[in-house]
Amino acid sequence: MKRFLGFIKKEFYHIFRDKRSLFILFGMPIAQILLFGFAITNEINNVDIAILDHAKDARTIEIINKISASKYFSIQAYIESEADIEKAFQQGKIKAVLNFEKDFSQQLIKAQSATIQVLTDATDPNMANTISNYVNSILNNYQQELNKDVKIAGQVMLQQRMVYNPELKGVFMFVPGVMTIVLMLVSAMMTSISITREKELGTMEILLVSPLKPLQVIIGKVVPYIFLSIINAVVIIVLSIFIFKMPVQGSLFLLGLESVLFIITSLALGILISTISATQQTAMMVSLMGLMLPTILLSGFIFPIASMPLPLQVISHIIPAKWFIILLKGIMLKGVGITFLWKETLILFGMALFFIGVSVRKYKIRLE
Amino acid sequence: MEDQSVIEVEGLTKSFGDFTAVNAISFGVKKGEIFGFLGANGAGKTTAIKMLIGISVPSAGKATVAGFDVSTQAESIKKNIGYMSQRFALYDDLTVKENITFFGGIYGLSRTRIKEKTAQLVEELNLHDVVNELVGALPLGWKQKISFSVALLHDPKIVFLDEPTGGVDPITRRQFWEMIYKTANNGTTLFVTTHYMDEAEYCDRVSIMVNGRIEALGTPKSLKAQFDTDSMNDVFLKLARG
Repeated sequence: MKRFLGFIKKEFYHIFRDKRSLFILFGMPIAQILLFGFAITNEINNVDIAILDHAKDARTIEIINKISASKYFSIQAYIESEADIEKAFQQGKIKAVLNFEKDFSQQLIKAQSATIQVLTDATDPNMANTISNYVNSILNNYQQELNKDVKIAGQVMLQQRMVYNPELKGVFMFVPGVMTIVLMLVSAMMTSISITREKELGTMEILLVSPLKPLQVIIGKVVPYIFLSIINAVVIIVLSIFIFKMPVQGSLFLLGLESVLFIITSLALGILISTISATQQTAMMVSLMGLMLPTILLSGFIFPIASMPLPLQVISHIIPAKWFIILLKGIMLKGVGITFLWKETLILFGMALFFIGVSVRKYKIRLE
Repeated sequence: MEDQSVIEVEGLTKSFGDFTAVNAISFGVKKGEIFGFLGANGAGKTTAIKMLIGISVPSAGKATVAGFDVSTQAESIKKNIGYMSQRFALYDDLTVKENITFFGGIYGLSRTRIKEKTAQLVEELNLHDVVNELVGALPLGWKQKISFSVALLHDPKIVFLDEPTGGVDPITRRQFWEMIYKTANNGTTLFVTTHYMDEAEYCDRVSIMVNGRIEALGTPKSLKAQFDTDSMNDVFLKLARG
């Protein structure tokens, strides 16, 4: 046991004396969560728009006031002719132009309908879509106010209610994803690099010739990263609760347990990578390409799995991150317990066992 | 006591598929001897050493090191031998003292024993100024000496040195051999691989491996007589060219 503690102490020296790994360990998680939380978001805020109002009557002014009062849009310019629309877009600042038709109020009364053209800059299609939706909903709102007193027969009313994330906050989607990526990165990449580093330096050979058993060496290398990963998980959860007001509806204890399970799965993957790579660089490339990319693309973090083609959906099943994200969302947002999550937990547990088994086996074969 | 064998090898063989890296080699090494294990790159030296230090299982044959069987008692062997690789593997980001403490620790030395050993090494190798420096900042010659001393920390019966003088200058090499002699005088057996033929002359006995077999074995003097030349270099060239 004393030998083992000495080993772990040595491992912490390595980590704390290497600025690069310190940065990856502690800078990265915080930077990522803040970046994803603040900068990269699907919501819109203060989008610059321009108004082309051919009518300039009471109704259009009411609508324009309503739009400028919302926090989503900020009116940057009033333009006078169709010819100026192109110019406004080309300058690049204006993302949308609202074009009110001539005699807007009269049309509304006489023809029962008046037209507002919404032109959006679709060089960013997602943004254009969102802008268009937001304008639509402001106008719908206005229309409902207009028709307050009028009874229309047989109208279908759509009543929307978003459950679990009523404000549609993007950060609620990113937190589980970022947590998954960071834990994967720290656990798998950092361990595989630290093990291959010993191989590269020749110290692994010395360790294997020593009375330490191979399994002790591996566990000694891995234990510090279990600690650090747990600290990271806590940091991410604390940041998301206090800065982004992310709820944890379910049990914190269960959240912790599932995180440890995922950390162990990732560590086993890290050991596996270290057995197949001879250099630190290979280990890093394999971790990035083999683990990070699938984790980001196929875990359902950014792209919904249900809309992927069938082969990709099948592949997504073997990605541990997919199950962990389901677990995280379930516990944090839906507040469900193990009775609903036992299947995902069991799958993750199976994966952990499988990868540990394979990596220990591989490691032993390498020793031959 | 003088003639006690500490390494006995009988028909030791290692094959990887169709390729036989080590082909039925046999030899013995006596206590306190400096045994030179020579051979060109790829002759099978490293594979043979790996079997002797217990990290590779022989395909056939038998070998005992410090009285323990390499196939079945590798763990006991590991406690009784020291090993220094050609890369002088120490941790660059640990200080000299931390390296000594770490390696002493994994060999199960007590804290007080490690302290004693550290003080002794600092004195012997004159490490006063560098003991708290990171190893990565030290010149290769220093690393080599420290690496050797670390391999001796647990007072092993046998020390395996795998090309211990690669890449260092002749003066440092000379000093290093003085350390080797001193160690041998204390009764420790040294098993040294090298491809510097002048170093072969320093050994008590040498074996020369060619293509997985031991083609020559004896004192440098007897080998030179056998091959009718006055330098080990010529002995080696004659053997290697077949």
